[in-house]
Amino acid sequence: MFAASEFSRWRRTEGFKGLALVSPPFLYALAMLAAPLAAVVLFSFWTQDYLTLDRTPTWNNYRTAWSETIYQVLMLRSLKISALVTAATVLLSFPIAYYVSFYIDPRRKTLWIFLITIPFWTSYLMRIFLWKVILGYNGVVNGSLMGLGLIEEPLTFILYNQNAVILTLSHAWAPFAILPIFVALERIDRSLLEAAEDLGDGPLRRFFRVTLPLAMPGVLAASVIVFIPTIGDYVTPRLVGGPNGLLIANMIELQFKKANNAPLGSALAISAMLIVAVISVVFLWLNRRYIRSRG
Amino acid sequence: MRGKPGALAVYAAAFLAFLYAPAILLPVFAFNDSKVIAFPLSGFTFEWFRQILDADSLHDATLNSLFIAVSTAILATTLGTFAARASTRYRFPAKAGIMGLVMTPLVLPEIIVGVSLLVAILQLGIELSLWTIVLGHVLICTPFSVAILGSAFQNFDKSLEEASIDLGRSRFATFRLITLPLVLPGILASLLVSFTISLDEFIIAFFLAGSEATLPIYIWGQLRFPQKIPALMAVGTVLLVASLTLLATAEFLRRSSIRRTGTDAAKGLM
Repeated sequence: MFAASEFSRWRRTEGFKGLALVSPPFLYALAMLAAPLAAVVLFSFWTQDYLTLDRTPTWNNYRTAWSETIYQVLMLRSLKISALVTAATVLLSFPIAYYVSFYIDPRRKTLWIFLITIPFWTSYLMRIFLWKVILGYNGVVNGSLMGLGLIEEPLTFILYNQNAVILTLSHAWAPFAILPIFVALERIDRSLLEAAEDLGDGPLRRFFRVTLPLAMPGVLAASVIVFIPTIGDYVTPRLVGGPNGLLIANMIELQFKKANNAPLGSALAISAMLIVAVISVVFLWLNRRYIRSRG
Repeated sequence: MRGKPGALAVYAAAFLAFLYAPAILLPVFAFNDSKVIAFPLSGFTFEWFRQILDADSLHDATLNSLFIAVSTAILATTLGTFAARASTRYRFPAKAGIMGLVMTPLVLPEIIVGVSLLVAILQLGIELSLWTIVLGHVLICTPFSVAILGSAFQNFDKSLEEASIDLGRSRFATFRLITLPLVLPGILASLLVSFTISLDEFIIAFFLAGSEATLPIYIWGQLRFPQKIPALMAVGTVLLVASLTLLATAEFLRRSSIRRTGTDAAKGLM
């Protein structure tokens, strides 16, 4: 009786109403994301021989994933490329976010942000393919450079290798880096910059002592937003990467599809996700310490 | 803070050129009268658009994609409405954790979403179909819906609802007469954005597709055949125009939603 009245009182609280309202999307995420992720973890400890599944738990998949050269090479290459893509994207994006935030008329800022995002509604696959057209042997870049007489022979180092993967991915993720940096720059109180100036800081000093530290949360968000998902792209390396540009995501896809070894694919996927998560956490932690030590 | 932009302005122009490079080449080659995708251009033609009309498998893939995108848009927006309303209106236990889980797909590599759903679905013995793709797409579209509707609900003046209830309307009537009309533009914007994301999504769909192809899966298959590429350029051009029309509509609606709820329009997406 007591419990019942307690319950009916609880039912009228704000907490209950909020939980009741959020439960459909929450249960969906539990069923379609949390539970399947748990299933992948489980799977990674099983063994598959063509169609028969052996449910005896074993570390073998992880042993294979971490010790065989091919997986080590692909994993390290993926991490290297994701890190380079992140660095390139953030460095290329910062000036443009800075330009829009500090030099564009406030009424036209939204228009600029729109201009930046429009190209990304081009079909994802066609966009990657068009980079092939731009970078190819008879492509736009080589054609124009030869037309201008700057080179005699077409450049071959720009397509079907890791450079092409880095360029194409940096292009694909640019808006995801520009937006958080732009938002962070917008939040900076402009009077702080005037204060720095009044106190005798030149433009460069003011940028490094005031603007950049205050924009850091946006830069960090941009880095993580680009770094984590790029590890999972298997389309870009397949189309523009050539034989030495294939990444761990291609191997994961291969294990789940053609190689029919879902447990090994699961172990590779979990390993890749853990590694990027750990790197991201360490990266954020180091930066927070750095910012705090200066503040 | 306005100084001379000089070098930065030049950089901005160059950066925009880099961003637009692939998008601009798409229509160029879609109208180019040559089977080879390369410069110099050889003339103007509607041939590739005409080929679109004859390709039956393309039509099937388009219908499949439309079915998936419409279902995804409706389901993701429904879930997004619940989550956005709960997070802007109520405080409840474990709020940060629950909202965090709902928003996770935004930062998860898509291959992880695809692979984990595939494993779960196969373990349950469910056959892969268009619906299994919908399951994955709803998962990745819901966070976008929450973000869009969050800004619509955030700016919503609570006192309007309270006034309606004080004046004797039931909760349901209040929702229908006050809340819904005010956030309707936000809901439509969420539907359009989810639709557009689902229509172009490949990585997850490729894992969760059964025997029927979606539009991106069809494009992926055709990319292997050089003679099919010009027609793909035409398909891509049609898709680009359609996406931009939908998104411009979504942005217009989002702004009018913010205007109606009575706060300034510049915030929103930021």
